[in-house]
Amino acid sequence: MSQQASMRWIGARVPKLDAPWKASGEVRYLPDFVVGGMLHGKIRRSDRVHARVKSIDTSAAKKVPGVHVVLTAKDVENVAFGHGKDNTPFKGDVVRCIRDELAAVAADTEEAAEEACRLIRVEYEDLPALFDPRAALERGAPVIYPEWPDNKPFTYRYAHGDVKKAAAESAHVVEDEFDLTWVSHCCMGTSAIIAAFDTGGRLTLNSLTQVPFLYRRDMAAIVGMKPEDIRVIQPTIGGAFGSKLDIYPFEPIAVHLARAARRPVRIVFSRQEEFLASPTRQPAIIKLKSGCDARGRFTFRDAYVLLDNGGHTSWGATIPFVMMQTFSSLYRVPHVRFLTDVAYTNNPYSGSFRGYGNLQATFAIEQHVDRLAEKTGLDPLKMRLLNAQEPGEETGQGLKFVSCGLRDCLDSAAKRSRYEEKRAAKKGESGRRVKRGLGMASMLHVGGGAKIYRSDGCGSVLSIDDFGKVTLVTGSTDIGQGSETVLAQIVAEVLGVHLDRVKVVNSDTDVKPWDVGVHASRTSYVAGNSAMMAATQAREKLLKAAAEQHRLPVEELSLADNAVMHTPKSGVAKKLEPIDRLVRSLHFSDRAELLITQAYFEPGSVKQDKEFRGNVSPTYAFGTHVVEVEVELDTGLVKVLGVWAAHDVGKVLNALGIEGQIEGGVVMGLGYALTEQLKIERGKVLNPAFRDYHLLTAPEVPPIDCDYIETEDPTGPFGAKGVGEAPAICVAAAIANAVYDATGVRFTALPLTPERVLDGLIAAGVTKDVGAR
Amino acid sequence: MQPQVEIRFTLNHRVVTAAVPPTMALLELVRDRFQLTGAKLGCGEGECGACALLMDGEPVLGCLTPAVDADGREVLTAEGLCGAKGLSPLQQAFVNEGAVQCGYCTPGMEIAAEAVLLEHPTPTVEEIRRGLEGNLCRCTGYVAIVEAVQAAAGGGR
Ligand code: FES
Ligand code: FES
Repeated sequence: MSQQASMRWIGARVPKLDAPWKASGEVRYLPDFVVGGMLHGKIRRSDRVHARVKSIDTSAAKKVPGVHVVLTAKDVENVAFGHGKDNTPFKGDVVRCIRDELAAVAADTEEAAEEACRLIRVEYEDLPALFDPRAALERGAPVIYPEWPDNKPFTYRYAHGDVKKAAAESAHVVEDEFDLTWVSHCCMGTSAIIAAFDTGGRLTLNSLTQVPFLYRRDMAAIVGMKPEDIRVIQPTIGGAFGSKLDIYPFEPIAVHLARAARRPVRIVFSRQEEFLASPTRQPAIIKLKSGCDARGRFTFRDAYVLLDNGGHTSWGATIPFVMMQTFSSLYRVPHVRFLTDVAYTNNPYSGSFRGYGNLQATFAIEQHVDRLAEKTGLDPLKMRLLNAQEPGEETGQGLKFVSCGLRDCLDSAAKRSRYEEKRAAKKGESGRRVKRGLGMASMLHVGGGAKIYRSDGCGSVLSIDDFGKVTLVTGSTDIGQGSETVLAQIVAEVLGVHLDRVKVVNSDTDVKPWDVGVHASRTSYVAGNSAMMAATQAREKLLKAAAEQHRLPVEELSLADNAVMHTPKSGVAKKLEPIDRLVRSLHFSDRAELLITQAYFEPGSVKQDKEFRGNVSPTYAFGTHVVEVEVELDTGLVKVLGVWAAHDVGKVLNALGIEGQIEGGVVMGLGYALTEQLKIERGKVLNPAFRDYHLLTAPEVPPIDCDYIETEDPTGPFGAKGVGEAPAICVAAAIANAVYDATGVRFTALPLTPERVLDGLIAAGVTKDVGAR
Repeated sequence: MQPQVEIRFTLNHRVVTAAVPPTMALLELVRDRFQLTGAKLGCGEGECGACALLMDGEPVLGCLTPAVDADGREVLTAEGLCGAKGLSPLQQAFVNEGAVQCGYCTPGMEIAAEAVLLEHPTPTVEEIRRGLEGNLCRCTGYVAIVEAVQAAAGGGR
């Protein structure tokens, strides 16, 4: 799309449009609003991990004053849903993990609903349980679903080249097993919904979903309605990060309660419930073998991944789609094999989480890059530069890198961190009990959606009213990341109007056109292109009308400062007519024409074939992080001294917004690397509270420095690509590489807590075990 | 029915009265009775700071502080930081510096930040970071929030 010489809005530091209302405290989130006649819903969950449900006695619960309805599987049509069609709103016969929903109550107050839930009596008969995906695949293991006697609902196989042959011919080969655990999204606003039927039987959902249109379709099937009879309203959301990409049982339960009680019902999770019953990041065991030739060029990569699916299937089971891209395409690797088994257990289940499997994959791959570099005798930076992708590359998997700034990212992060200088300088430091180290890692991620459905498109409707106010109705959703602001900037830039003239409407399926939803870093690119198309059409309409009215050649007209400008052949531009007046003259004349345009943008990506080949995204994001750490050998404490990030963002659309995305993403990655873990033992969550789940706090955040590599993707809006997920992806790998640089010890599991690191140092003989712990 | 206690206090610059059960949390009183929903229930366990309020200029956790403790005191919520002309300089700095993403932590952060500025009118970065330690944010990585407080302090409050 065309580039303009000097831009007013694109690239500017624009505060989020909704920030003032959030800063004043007046924005209402789901738990802040009350619908007339609303009841409070609460869910009674299983306290067993795998058991037959013999009976559920709700008689005492029904007698609690203020209780309107109590529902169990027996009371509703309990339709199966989800990617594996193995989840239901209520569990009637068997519970398969600790979060499973057995009953729900709607009552006048939250307290009454809670009290009623407590009084529900459940009789169970315990069944043999599985907690380790390896054990689940063993012969004779207990079976979780009779339909899947091998406990293996999904497998993925991808390959290009001949791994066996390449392995035999490689000069250096390394092999490791990596073990990534559960972490929680920890959105500051917990899961919530309000379901309300009107007297005509139409259902309105106030929902936090990231995918309103798919959600409406899925919900309709679950609760036995037509999709068009469901209206989804998306109020301001207290964080999502992927956690709201799927539909979860509490949502149809709210609908069933509202239907049975004939009253609106609100469900809001407590923080403890959020830890127990919202999806996690997918844990993964990754067995990886990698090789290179004598000069350091990668020869092959052979990965076997085992995913713990938990008791039901959500999007966690589909992360191999993304993982395999990094295995196949982050660097030029001629021979790649990637196998994944997904195994049922009786652990909690996982969903999508910013990065979608890529944090896990990158943690393994990028440590292997360093290990091979060491074997070859190359510096890790040189090793990466030697194997880096370049623009124009079509990878073995069929990904096409129209633009690719990986080399520039590597150079920038290395230079700004003084990577080579510092790596050389620390060689002399011996005998100290605190060691410094520098590590780097790179990443690749889709930057313009991923075509996993028939369409990955987004619709826009744009209108300019007779006061010159521009309204963009977009199919896309803002989950706090600021897409609304970026879309407004694009429209303002194209139409030459001030940003305060642009209003973005994006929160009501009764009004907005179709869109796939927020995921796969697609909104800036897909919704951005869609908005740009609609705005460009509006510009053309305006200019054509002005040319006709003023009898001027259209080439001499442009839009700026809320007006049509005229630039005569040899002269300076001057204001011809304000846009609002021009629009009025279209409305209130013989032409009687409204200024409304519409666009549907479909990215030029393809749905992959059965072998997972094909260009799944129209553009890709690249990045490199360098981190510097200090490791206390006597305590195992890893302190991060600095993070230097470089990201290929295509084009910076909002300088303030992108800074926030990068900083927030890096800190999320730091938490994954160093402190966060949802501790699950024998299927039970041991730390469902912030007190015991260590999120990083302000004093723990190191300095973060970011550089933006503007590769100006020719297909992106003003050259931009999506980077919502990118910054979290390679942090943990960079830290592990830095810890190795500091101590000479490799860590293949996360988080790198002092306990884990100290154990590793002792096992490697770096620190003496004094038994004082 | 629990016995009710009559309390009288200043809420966002106005004197108010309420009859509250002794077990009621100040957060519930402010949110449910006075419809000031800026302060959020992030955890209910004193671990996230989303519920922070100022009581006589000191930050308190609304989820743990009994409502009766407000009797005779001056309570301020994020809504109360706004002046007649709209956002306070601190709130405006939150907007300008990109300290607001999803915004769920924002009212609590602003209260914590206001408390920092009341104690140290020209705080060091360390003082700001320590002052925000009890407030969790999942979106921003805190960098922009710290910058916003610095900007507000430098902006001649
Ligand atoms: S709600 Fe009070 S500290 Fe979290
Ligand atoms: S802005 Fe979302 S939690 Fe802080």
